[in-house]
Amino acid sequence: MNASIPFRQPPDVAEAAGSVSEGTNRRVVLGTDRPMRLDCGVELANFTVAYSTFGTLNADRSNAVMVCHALTGDHFVTDYHPVSGKPGWWSMLVGPGRPIDTDRYFVICSNVIGGCMGSIGPAETDPATGKPYGLGFPVITIADMVRAQKLLVDHLGIEKLFCVVGGSMGGMQVLQWAVSYPEHVFAALPIATAARHSAQNIAFHEVGRQAIMADPDWCGGDYLNQGVRPHRGLAVARMAAHITYLSEAALHRKFGRNLQNRQAVTYGFDADFQVESYLRHQGITFVDRFDANSYLYITRAMDYFDLAAEHGGVLANAFRVKDGPTPVRFCLTSFSSDWLFPTTESRAVVHALNAVAANVSFVEVATDKGHDAFLLDEPEFHQVVRGFLDGCAEHRGLTRRRAATA
Amino acid sequence: MSPLDDASSRNRRSGTIRLDLKLIADMVEPGSRVLDIGCGDGALLDFLVHEKGVDGRGIELSMDGVHTCVSHGLSVIQGDAETDLKDYPSGAFDYVILSQTLQAMRAPRTVLEELVRIGDRAIVSFPNFGYWRIRMALLWLGRMPVTERLGYEWYETPNIHFCTIKDFTSLCDRLDITIDRSVILGRDNRPTRLASADGIANFFGEQGVFMLRRNGKQG
Repeated sequence: MNASIPFRQPPDVAEAAGSVSEGTNRRVVLGTDRPMRLDCGVELANFTVAYSTFGTLNADRSNAVMVCHALTGDHFVTDYHPVSGKPGWWSMLVGPGRPIDTDRYFVICSNVIGGCMGSIGPAETDPATGKPYGLGFPVITIADMVRAQKLLVDHLGIEKLFCVVGGSMGGMQVLQWAVSYPEHVFAALPIATAARHSAQNIAFHEVGRQAIMADPDWCGGDYLNQGVRPHRGLAVARMAAHITYLSEAALHRKFGRNLQNRQAVTYGFDADFQVESYLRHQGITFVDRFDANSYLYITRAMDYFDLAAEHGGVLANAFRVKDGPTPVRFCLTSFSSDWLFPTTESRAVVHALNAVAANVSFVEVATDKGHDAFLLDEPEFHQVVRGFLDGCAEHRGLTRRRAATA
Repeated sequence: MSPLDDASSRNRRSGTIRLDLKLIADMVEPGSRVLDIGCGDGALLDFLVHEKGVDGRGIELSMDGVHTCVSHGLSVIQGDAETDLKDYPSGAFDYVILSQTLQAMRAPRTVLEELVRIGDRAIVSFPNFGYWRIRMALLWLGRMPVTERLGYEWYETPNIHFCTIKDFTSLCDRLDITIDRSVILGRDNRPTRLASADGIANFFGEQGVFMLRRNGKQG
């Protein structure tokens, strides 16, 4: 399904420091020396990861920022999306002079493994069979996604990331980065996220997966070989999920009970209400850019995420390095109306970090925009990101490229 | 913001700081680990981080305060000292600072105990309710005092547990907390020569700054 995406060679690592330059939609084959072992036990060798970079890596390679995308995101973080034609999902936050300033930082964003925008995933061709993996693709975890990102960062010749940042599932990756590779991350900025996926969130994901699997065109996951797509199931999954990204206040402000292009209800099941037609639009546009099996795999990865579980059920232990606190500087952000990843989830991480006396900041941003607020125009949030990065840059000794702002 | 509202507690450009905060900063060893509880807009923390090279963290209840701090690169969490302090391990910091915040605590006694548990030293400053102007206001006017430093009417004040310097020292005594140093500030935040346990200090001091440690900790 990615045939329309131009393939470009990855940058040559032999290029001198400072010359790893801007570029979108690069692809690299990883796991060539040694296969990458997944949590499920399967080994992935010679697998592709699609990624973008923005800005310039400095001479001592200390200004790299890894941006982690959310469930249905991709590596088109700030440039135009090749399928939708829309600006990147974080174009407000990433770019020259923006909070994640590409004049100052070298930004890397990769499409997660299991995804469908160029990284290896269920829609890619299995070299063993010559057919799409489908459900033959191994189940992946957040830690697996991060392992692949680490290989990418190694490939780019970067020993230590200046910062790892991301929201929602991206925030899970940020936490996982800090826990798996504390010596390779200077600062971590997990946004609107949690150290584990709650039962309620797993429940919502299950609704989405069942919607996909209930679509006859899903064909047991083999739809690509059958020449069909489970459009309807995937659209329903997206509609259900989309509600969880918003808040009642935001939905009410946007739509209320307004009717769609009509004066009265029709006493039928057309999209009488604006909110219905909005959701249908969300579902329909989503299926153009996302693969149904990828949706199954990535939601599963989120469901399995539980940082405390692998540390004896004590979250604080995840942030212990030898006998001391993690050296990573954290800043957590939550949004007051987010009921998918409520403030209590971020606070639990903050408390765990406090318990090891780690360096942590935490801000709850007051907004009625729900979980989606991390993708929207929230000036206070953007200010926090900018301020935290500026403060960390000072500690890291990264010089400013432009005059300091007050 | 601090319960003693003062918007101009630090001028970031000139690196100057309000006198009573400077006094606290002077008690802190350069390069140490510091937790500032109720750090407000981060004036003291900013000063400590940039002028004394401390590894500084803060806790602040108000969202505005936290935003200001984090936006200026300070490590501050939004939280409530009365619920969050218990998470910190013992001895996590060299100094824990509670500046002009004790009187806003629901359980000042528990908070004091937490301070000397988390920090090798605790530095606590608070307005003295035994200050003569406050006594006079109550005596002559029969009204709850509203002064420059206590600028709230009784019905809107965040300050719920006022104490005098005498009350404070006797609580420390009861909690087996040693007062290593004390400074009594008169008008304009200027240190006086008064001794802390002194009734005179309790009468003429507008606020007190105390450095505490749990009894038994090395001096």
